[in-house]
Amino acid sequence: MPGSLRIAYKLLVNDRGKFAALLIGISFAVLLMVMITSLFAGMMARASATIINTGARIWVMDRAVNTVSNSVPLPDFVLNAVRGIPGVRYAVPFYSGGGLVRLANGDYQAVTVIGLDDTSLIGRPRLTAGRIEDIYADDGFIVVADAEYAKLGSPTLGTQFEINDHRAVIVGIGQVASGGLFGTPTLYTTYSRATQDLPSTRFSMSYVLVEPRSESDIKAIKQRVDALGYRAMTEQDFITSTANFYEYRTGVGTNILLMTAVSFVIGLSISGQTFYAFILENLEKFGALKAIGARSSTLVGMILFQAAFTGLTGYGLGVGLCSVLIALAKLRLPDYAATVTFGNLGLAFVMVLVITAVASYLGVRRVIRVEPFDIFRT
Amino acid sequence: MDVAIRARGVSKWFGAGELRTAAVRSVDFEATFGEMLFIVGPSGSGKTTLLSMLSGVLRPDAGSVELESRDIWQLEANALADFRLRRIGFVFQDYHLFPRLTTAENVAVPLILQHQPWPQALAVARACLDVVGLAPRAEMPSVKLSGGEQQRVAIARAIVSQPDFLILDEPTASLDGDTGRHIIEFVKQQILNAHRCILIVTHDTRILEFADRVLHMEDGRLTSVEEHRPS
Repeated sequence: MPGSLRIAYKLLVNDRGKFAALLIGISFAVLLMVMITSLFAGMMARASATIINTGARIWVMDRAVNTVSNSVPLPDFVLNAVRGIPGVRYAVPFYSGGGLVRLANGDYQAVTVIGLDDTSLIGRPRLTAGRIEDIYADDGFIVVADAEYAKLGSPTLGTQFEINDHRAVIVGIGQVASGGLFGTPTLYTTYSRATQDLPSTRFSMSYVLVEPRSESDIKAIKQRVDALGYRAMTEQDFITSTANFYEYRTGVGTNILLMTAVSFVIGLSISGQTFYAFILENLEKFGALKAIGARSSTLVGMILFQAAFTGLTGYGLGVGLCSVLIALAKLRLPDYAATVTFGNLGLAFVMVLVITAVASYLGVRRVIRVEPFDIFRT
Repeated sequence: MDVAIRARGVSKWFGAGELRTAAVRSVDFEATFGEMLFIVGPSGSGKTTLLSMLSGVLRPDAGSVELESRDIWQLEANALADFRLRRIGFVFQDYHLFPRLTTAENVAVPLILQHQPWPQALAVARACLDVVGLAPRAEMPSVKLSGGEQQRVAIARAIVSQPDFLILDEPTASLDGDTGRHIIEFVKQQILNAHRCILIVTHDTRILEFADRVLHMEDGRLTSVEEHRPS
């Protein structure tokens, strides 16, 4: 490290009070920014849980569908029509809906029911107990052992209850990649049982899941589905579409944006003011260095180094603190929805860069303007 | 003796229009190596302004300043800064030490600014602290030193680059009489040598006995020169 930067480092960290205030300001801002955006990312991942857990390449749906949990039933001919599109390797029906479970103690519990294609069981969960073929047994259901599992009384293999006044038997316990957003347990069964046991409208198929023959067929499939009057989306498109709905059409995105902006302003004001005070306190010393013979570029380098060091340290502390808080929260609240993503970290990093740039700009201006002759006049 | 400083018609004005005031008016003088020269005069007489122009800190509005026959105000800004860094040592009235650095680190600052390696700079700084009698205080924060000790640290910082010129601005202003006298006596006996020229601006008449020559200033003019050394 060049000696001038080492001096800058010592001037900064040896002023413990101001350095602590700077770190607290930036760390707190980063903590807020990452926490808020992670909550949003976590909620969005959960809102798309069915899409992620099913893993289908293409989803065919009604054009009015905004999110995966609000499906519009499709007539049966859509399935046949999609199967007839060139480039489709296979297409299967998919049911996603809600049911009401009556537990052994008489309590009712809302559940999400996923109906898998009877023939292929495409989209089935990974089983940790039981056998997948038992799903074909009378009244067979697989329960997902996620954060909501306990709401069904933590059922085991053979546990019985009623679902929409039909008998249900747990024949398997499964695991999925992501829990749902709405805090309801998830049950898997066959498509035919789901549409038979749960009340439905005239049409019962929620989605058609499609596997294309190749990546290059996707575009043509989308066009052909569009010509049918429906919509086909890739898995990622559907996740993005679901996120966009919550982000732009529910007010959630606006609130997240506002909170992120508030945390940015808090960080900027605390850190900017403290760093400026730090520079002002050392202004005469910088003037003395100028008189001794330090170039302005050397002094600017020292200030930028101090700002960058503070910003990066505060960023690291903020991200670390946020991760610890999320981990602790998940220990206490298993369905706590927060996910730290590279996007969140990148956004917070850019904002820290802006905070340090503004703070150092104010300091650099003062130091460049200080005249060494002023040191002789004090 | 070789001429160390040559000032010719050096002038400086501050302000503009009706408020324009002459701080220094056409000062001419020469100083030689091995000489300790005092500039004295009442407040506002222009002695600090003159000192700043002689040391390459404040550009004169007229006249020239030659250090070792080189017109320093003809130098480009970075070259002038480098010249100050390597050839001129400064002792400021308020010392301007960094309270968050150790005594040795404060002394090493000019060497570090010259890109000398940190351990080497600190070693030279400790040697300079030994010269001013503060070697045992090398690792102490400078803020914990007494006023006299801080002044000696400032002197050590000023000589750490082995400069040809030493500039002291009111070096005894913050010290009691005895300490001030001891400091100047020390500078005269230990710091001044045949290859160095020392300029001191002061109000303190008690230390004038150490001067080789005293320049008296009033209203920006050099009014008299008082010789103290044997001819």
